[in-house]
Amino acid sequence: MKKVENAVVIENKKIASNIYDMFLKLDDIAKESVCGQFIEMYVDNGVNILPRPISICEINANEGIIRIMFQVVGSGTTYFSNLKRGDIIRVLGPCGNGFNIKETDLSIIVGGGIGIPPLFETAKRIKGKKVVVLGFKNRNSVILKDEFEKLGAEVLVSSDDGSIGFKGNVVELIKEKGIAEKNSIIYSCGPIPMLKALSEFADETNIECMVSLEERMACGVGACVGCAVKVFDKDKKEEIYKKVCTDGPVFSSKEVIFDA
Amino acid sequence: MLDMRVNICGVELKNPVVTASGTFGSGHEYSDFIDLSRLGAVIVKGVADKPWNGNKPPRIAEVYGGMINSVGLQNPGVDYFIKNDIPFLRQFDTKLIVNVCGHTAEEYVNTVKALRQQDVDMIELNISCPNIKAGGMAFGTDCQMAEKVVSEVKKYADKPLIVKLSPNVSDIALIAKAAENGGADAISLINTISAMKIDIYKRKTVLDSKIGGMSGPAIKPIAVRMVYQASKAVNIPIIGLGGISSGEDAIEFIMAGADAVAVGTANFMNPHACIDIIDGIEKYMNDFSVNNLSEIKGCI
Ligand SMILES: Cc1cc2nc3c(=O)[nH]c(=O)nc-3n(C[C@H](O)[C@H](O)[C@H](O)COP(=O)(O)OP(=O)(O)OC[C@H]3O[C@@H](n4cnc5c(N)ncnc54)[C@H](O)[C@@H]3O)c2cc1C
Ligand SMILES: Cc1cc2nc3c(=O)[nH]c(=O)nc-3n(C[C@H](O)[C@H](O)[C@H](O)COP(=O)(O)O)c2cc1C
Ligand code: FES
Repeated sequence: MKKVENAVVIENKKIASNIYDMFLKLDDIAKESVCGQFIEMYVDNGVNILPRPISICEINANEGIIRIMFQVVGSGTTYFSNLKRGDIIRVLGPCGNGFNIKETDLSIIVGGGIGIPPLFETAKRIKGKKVVVLGFKNRNSVILKDEFEKLGAEVLVSSDDGSIGFKGNVVELIKEKGIAEKNSIIYSCGPIPMLKALSEFADETNIECMVSLEERMACGVGACVGCAVKVFDKDKKEEIYKKVCTDGPVFSSKEVIFDA
Repeated sequence: MLDMRVNICGVELKNPVVTASGTFGSGHEYSDFIDLSRLGAVIVKGVADKPWNGNKPPRIAEVYGGMINSVGLQNPGVDYFIKNDIPFLRQFDTKLIVNVCGHTAEEYVNTVKALRQQDVDMIELNISCPNIKAGGMAFGTDCQMAEKVVSEVKKYADKPLIVKLSPNVSDIALIAKAAENGGADAISLINTISAMKIDIYKRKTVLDSKIGGMSGPAIKPIAVRMVYQASKAVNIPIIGLGGISSGEDAIEFIMAGADAVAVGTANFMNPHACIDIIDGIEKYMNDFSVNNLSEIKGCI
């Protein structure tokens, strides 16, 4: 069940260029959350009226703590970046469907930039062999790499300028290394061009791929139909709009129409 | 003894607070947060005779003190509504008002016909929709067109008919009068105000549809003015809305002449908004010894 809770900021620190790592005490929401879901954070600055959707990066249900990571891009995220330990922030959650984890021979976790955080709790929950492929702009924007390594996963890195890891994008890196196997499942989140290329790769190699999407939201609970994404409905055999906030944010790459 | 009940054309609401169409889904979406039985009524999102796809995203742009939407009335159609939403909402002790949209008079009529004999309390006609037979001009922006579509729909409605007015007109009193002449049992206002936002870094509008409808706290003074003007022009009940986010805001609309109020964008700002507003009205009534809202209705 979703609810609105007053979260206490436990920690908020800058970890990369413009990116913050925040821990929130959120007892009830933490207990109900699963990997790949998000929370709606209200911006009580007297200017912004709509809450901001931010993915859940890590869940500690026992202690009632949720970890998030956000990039400062506008007034809402600037407001979050200024919050200090002990400050209170209104949060609605948990929102969305999350990743449905399946057992398989090899799980491939693919994240780009600020799309990486929701994959961290996901990676923690995936049992068995896993490879994590992370794409960054440059070496100053690297997040969570060491922590993924600590989970015991093989971690591959690419960057746009080659200042860290492979020079190029994550899909090129996956192809170069030939890591995909017949029964692999891809869990991914990142910018649309990345997800589109990944979805094409998944089609070519005939492997299952889940993508986590973003769209501008108002309510975050399925009421306003603002956060539309075009998908192909198998049953109706036609293109329809689904809601990212409640039908997603995680979709099968096969149903999403990226060029809509 | 404090009495919050209000009567809208024969339908008694336990309090004057209802949800604004399109901002509360079918009620289901907010039932995790609030007890729907506390509401005066639920006005559900717009339904049409057939499913509507809605507009291309992005559909939401936030602006100072409000937001602009171009959802385009995406809805799964009246058959789906009858099958799923009516049974859900009837579990609660609240009134049910169906908001109806259409591109032509026939489409409105088809939906209203489909709703005959159904278990709903009232119908709200959204005449801000573009009339495709009149080059896309909204029904609610022309007196003749508004009166005609209302009188057409009224013939088939077996429930009280609320007509929801568009604020995108030069004289709201004339349109209110036209709706009354067409046979409206009540009016509600305002719908969203035509607006636009440009992303100067991308050199394009934020909304794919370029223009959308603005709602939220920033539009409240305009809405209060229009409710006031409309209340002077007609003799039928009025549901006032536009930017209401507190009990004080609701009282302001009632003083401007509204019988009841609807809460829209405030639900996005606070999922408990409707309940907070009901409690806020009650507090005002207690603090200022108002026993019945009719004592302050239209008092200015
Ligand atoms: C399901 C979901 C999960 C998300 N998870 C994270 C996360 O874990 N970390 C993170 O940093 N960001 C995440 N985002 C994006 C984040 O919500 C936006 O960056 C944020 O709302 C911007 O708010 P602002 O007030 O700072 O910027 P605004 O002033 O609102 O906008 C500044 C810029 O951000 C872009 N933007 C605004 N809203 C969105 C949006 N909903 N989606 C994409 N871009 C947007 C605009 O195009 C604009 O260029 C997520 C978005 C969604 C939909
Ligand atoms: C996302 C959204 C969807 C809406 N959909 C409808 C609708 O389907 N039918 C309708 O008559 N009004 C619709 N409206 C208008 C609202 O019911 C209301 O008239 C308007 O938003 C002003 O009130 P507010 O400022 O309290 O939101 C919609 C508004 C929003 C923000
Ligand atoms: S944000 Fe309102 S339906 Fe998704």
